[in-house]
Amino acid sequence: MLLALYTIFIYAPLEKTMGVIQKIFYIHVPSAFLAYLAFFITFVASILYLYRKDSKWDTVAHCAVETGVVFCTIVLITGPIWAKPIWNVWWTWDPRLTTTLILWFTYVAYLMLRRTVKENQRANLSAVFGIIGFINVPITFFSIRLWRTIHPVVISSRGFNMSGPMKVSLLIAFLAFCFLFFCILMSRIRLERSKMRVEELNEIIGVMNIKK
Amino acid sequence: MKFFPKLGAIIWKDFISELRTKEMVLFMCLFSFLILIIFNFAFGSSLKFEPGMVAGILWVAFVFSGLTGMGRSFSMERDRGTYQGLILCPVSPWTIFLAKLIGVFLFTTVMEIITIFIFSILYNATVLPFLVPLALITILGTLGFTAIGTIFSAISATTKARDVLLSILFFPISVPVIIASVKSTGIILSGKSLSMVFPWLKILVGFDLIFLLVSYLTFAYITEE
Repeated sequence: MLLALYTIFIYAPLEKTMGVIQKIFYIHVPSAFLAYLAFFITFVASILYLYRKDSKWDTVAHCAVETGVVFCTIVLITGPIWAKPIWNVWWTWDPRLTTTLILWFTYVAYLMLRRTVKENQRANLSAVFGIIGFINVPITFFSIRLWRTIHPVVISSRGFNMSGPMKVSLLIAFLAFCFLFFCILMSRIRLERSKMRVEELNEIIGVMNIKK
Repeated sequence: MKFFPKLGAIIWKDFISELRTKEMVLFMCLFSFLILIIFNFAFGSSLKFEPGMVAGILWVAFVFSGLTGMGRSFSMERDRGTYQGLILCPVSPWTIFLAKLIGVFLFTTVMEIITIFIFSILYNATVLPFLVPLALITILGTLGFTAIGTIFSAISATTKARDVLLSILFFPISVPVIIASVKSTGIILSGKSLSMVFPWLKILVGFDLIFLLVSYLTFAYITEE
């Protein structure tokens, strides 16, 4: 992480027209990728849960959504900060932006669903929603793209025209963010498991108290 | 019993209970009527007949009042305590889903016919020459959003915060179908050539098929307890 910070702020040269604000790019892009990755993990884990009925996969899906929403929020916050000086607006209804926003809403809804559903059905229902939500992403993207055809694809074309040090910085930032992502995901899963274990132990203690 | 008699029996049950109470259709119609009027107040005299805009208003009325009906399709069963009976019926979960979907679809369509009629009067829109393509788009769009709505109604009926949860789950997922329906309705109402509708039609049909398939694969897990 420290190395990534170093490369972002010192090693990578300033972008000519955009200046310092371009540095946000090194945070924005890896986060976006990881948010999509997290939701993909949820999708796969949800299918595995319905197939195997192992609560392990439910935990993975849940934790991946939480982590993904955090990264998606980072994307949605850093994006406008960059866009204000560059595009001169905080927000445009570009397909990519709109899809990411819809994605964010979908997975916040997932978390709300988990919160309100009764325990005996929670895993099943949220797995179904995790699958539906992910399948919906490409359709949303295409329909929005058709809806706003005039907008050029600003973000992906810029990726190719980067100088060497910038590429290296992006790569390092990427690796650092991946590392961060998996650390958060793993510790979140561990937390959830120990929570379950504590509940089990509490139940055992309760039973023992009744026996006394 | 074969598949279709079973399907018919559940639809018939819903239909009769609706005929006796007339709750769902009546509420939906009144609600969509109100939405049309509220939009008129919101825009005031600045509202002119602009196809893109009135298509949006029309679909907001369809979707919002459709949602109030969809929410009831499973929560009604839970409230009356008939849900367990329905699940215990010797039919596959997919049959239950399809029957519920067809029921909701029919009630929503009734509401939409009345809404279009009121809409053409209030907004001074000429609907009559475009009736056939408009009906096609309305049917496809309604099928799409009632399919999602029925899945999510089954999901949200199990919770305490039913209606709020239903709308939170429903709207992000229904974005493509709403965009496609609004756009194609706008194109039709403006009287442009129908070939412009095809890309949207493809999205609508694709969306409907994908969501019917997904609900076929996953609905059994929703009814499991």
